[in-house]
Amino acid sequence: MAVNELQSTRKPPISQIGAILWLRTNLFSSWTNGLLTLASLYLLYIAIPPLLDWMFLSANFNFGTVNILGFDIKFSEVMANNDNCGREAACWPFIYEKFYMFTYGFYPREEVWRPDVFYGLTALLIVIVRLVRNYKYKNRVILTMIVAYPIVSYVLIAGGFGLLPVVQTHLWGGLLLTLIIASVGIVVSFPIGVVLALGRQSDLRVIKLFSTIFIEFIRAVPLITILFMASFVLPLFLESGTNFDKLLRALIAIALFQAAYFAEVVRGGLQAIPKGQYEAADAIGLSYFKKNALIILPQALKISIPNIVGSSISLFKDTTLVLIIGLLDMLAMVNMTSQDIHWLGRETEGYVTVTIVFWVILYSMSRYSRKLEIRFNTENEN
Amino acid sequence: MKQQNILSQVKNLTFREILYNNEVRAFFFQVATFLLIFGLFYTIIGNLFDNIEARGIHTGFSFLKNRAGFDILPFLGNYLQDYTPESSNLTVFYVGLINTLIVAFVGIIVTTFLGLFIGIARLSNNYLIAKLAGGYIELFRNIPVLLQIFFWYNIFINIFPHPKKSLSFFDVVFLNQRGLYLPKPILENGFLLVIIAFVVGIILTVFMKRYFNKKHDETGVHTRTLGYSTLLILGLPAVFFLLLGSPLHFDFAVLGKFNLKGGMQVVPEFIALTFALSVYTATYIAEAIRSGIEAVDKGQKEAAAAIGLTQTQSLKLIVLPQALRVAIPPTINQYLNLTKNSSLATAIGYPELMSAFGGTVLNQVGQAVEILGMAMLVYLVISLCISFLLNVVNKRMAIPER
Repeated sequence: MAVNELQSTRKPPISQIGAILWLRTNLFSSWTNGLLTLASLYLLYIAIPPLLDWMFLSANFNFGTVNILGFDIKFSEVMANNDNCGREAACWPFIYEKFYMFTYGFYPREEVWRPDVFYGLTALLIVIVRLVRNYKYKNRVILTMIVAYPIVSYVLIAGGFGLLPVVQTHLWGGLLLTLIIASVGIVVSFPIGVVLALGRQSDLRVIKLFSTIFIEFIRAVPLITILFMASFVLPLFLESGTNFDKLLRALIAIALFQAAYFAEVVRGGLQAIPKGQYEAADAIGLSYFKKNALIILPQALKISIPNIVGSSISLFKDTTLVLIIGLLDMLAMVNMTSQDIHWLGRETEGYVTVTIVFWVILYSMSRYSRKLEIRFNTENEN
Repeated sequence: MKQQNILSQVKNLTFREILYNNEVRAFFFQVATFLLIFGLFYTIIGNLFDNIEARGIHTGFSFLKNRAGFDILPFLGNYLQDYTPESSNLTVFYVGLINTLIVAFVGIIVTTFLGLFIGIARLSNNYLIAKLAGGYIELFRNIPVLLQIFFWYNIFINIFPHPKKSLSFFDVVFLNQRGLYLPKPILENGFLLVIIAFVVGIILTVFMKRYFNKKHDETGVHTRTLGYSTLLILGLPAVFFLLLGSPLHFDFAVLGKFNLKGGMQVVPEFIALTFALSVYTATYIAEAIRSGIEAVDKGQKEAAAAIGLTQTQSLKLIVLPQALRVAIPPTINQYLNLTKNSSLATAIGYPELMSAFGGTVLNQVGQAVEILGMAMLVYLVISLCISFLLNVVNKRMAIPER
């Protein structure tokens, strides 16, 4: 045998490399796995092509001429109407025509810049929160925004104070109303939730008892019963003659409801703080208020941030319930616009559009919450 | 005793010391809170009575005896309560309660299987299956459940044919836009005995399992019990059924000229609601199952393999018992959520508690306090029952401390 003769290396068999190996290990590792793969492929085959067909390929995009950022884009000679739109696939001109209703409800057209600025502010808020992550005074910036945002938004949307013409709340609707209810719900219920959580952890028996009863009662009943309470019974609780805005009633109900859930989330954070932290705070002679504000809450809230975002996601989903007491949020707009005599029977298009909007918002929120969870997890391990 | 202590201390302290005494402060704060809440309730209840009097609203529960006077979508509650518009408002309450409970019952069963399936599929080593399950969770968990209810309801009444052209499955089950038509079981005398035989079968099986488990623990002899269990649970009632001369008949739906006659109609509202709730809740259950399985230490599986257990044995005896310990509490919480979410039926008009009683009766009678109070009480009781169940499960599942 010639020792220094080099054997040329043979290539690995085709089944052990690249795509085929991947297929074998991931899709066809056994008989059952292969069958499952084929079954899933079939499932995709019967679901995806008809969906794409309905949404895009056979759908009607005859919007007429649309002005986008100053450019006239011609989709078709004239805009389609309900009769020549076709029933077999989506009729997007319906959404195009009702776009205003879905985004602003019945908000006066000449005042539409105000909700637009509100949308812009909301987007700006999200961007700023992300940008200042490593800034030294980030807490101060965020706190300022949390205080300023609701006030500015309220003046902007509702008007009054001699600054802007008043727009009655029953004209608010669509995505605008959904965002308002969600953001007011979160901002108002959070402090109440923190107080309730502290109350439930308190040594003072009376306070503990009332906090616990409130939290457990609210968590045991569905949101609808509380919304009904707010819309039928709350006016009876007040001095007769007090006129009460329908939106305000819904907001009170949602804020109280959400506060109970936030309270449980924050309580989870409070319980995770080692007892030594409490004892150390007591030992250096801090008062109850200082102990919680400087030592306990900053740590407890930090631990609970992912769950706070998670709970906010639930609240965002729950805002749709206000349509049951007659507020016109984005989902209610689908039911309303499809009652339009010129566009009968177009609910599906509306539901699909609203689904996409909700999904994009909620999915981004849940991704954000998961990211926070991972970030805080690693910080805790160090 | 403690109170006396404080008092005796107080006598010897200066005013400043009293002001800063922790126990005095605690006492003061609690009294203040109590007075504040008492005052709040005193005011609002006073206002409530003033307003009720001013508006001429009746009070008390006598409205429950009054005639309801409206139609309710025919479903299980109607059948069981023999509801007609002549029935009382109290009957409407029962109808609504039954309809709520049936949604919760069917929904919980469907969502458990769906969630279990998706949760296990999520961890499959088959790439496509795992991704599909992940996609399912991300899709349905991020859409408000009310929107899903509307969506499926809309699809149901648009996609399925007019009653005249009902889809028929062997002329036994029919499907059209008015719902699903199943054969209606008609029980005759003696069927109760069959049900009793079934229950006795289950009880005997439990005893048998205990006996063989004990035997296994003592002697190591393993007995396969599947055959015996089937025989006891299914065979015993079957014997009684035949002995009594088949005391059960089915009323099949018949396709008439314009509509289906007879049978048992499952209304589309029920199907859409149960489907949407199950699909939505299953995403949470799937995540609970997944985190449960992932929580089992890898060493446990390796140890099981090392002592020669097969994959099935390892899953059944080692992994699942530990995974369920983590997965069951959140799953039970989701059952409660599903039950509470069934109140969303109001939006599509399925006659459950909040829709038939909290909605229609409230609009007719106007006694919001009593009606909403009753409805809330029902949910409170359901939720207490589920919390109780959760505590029992947690206690049984707790790892015995050594």
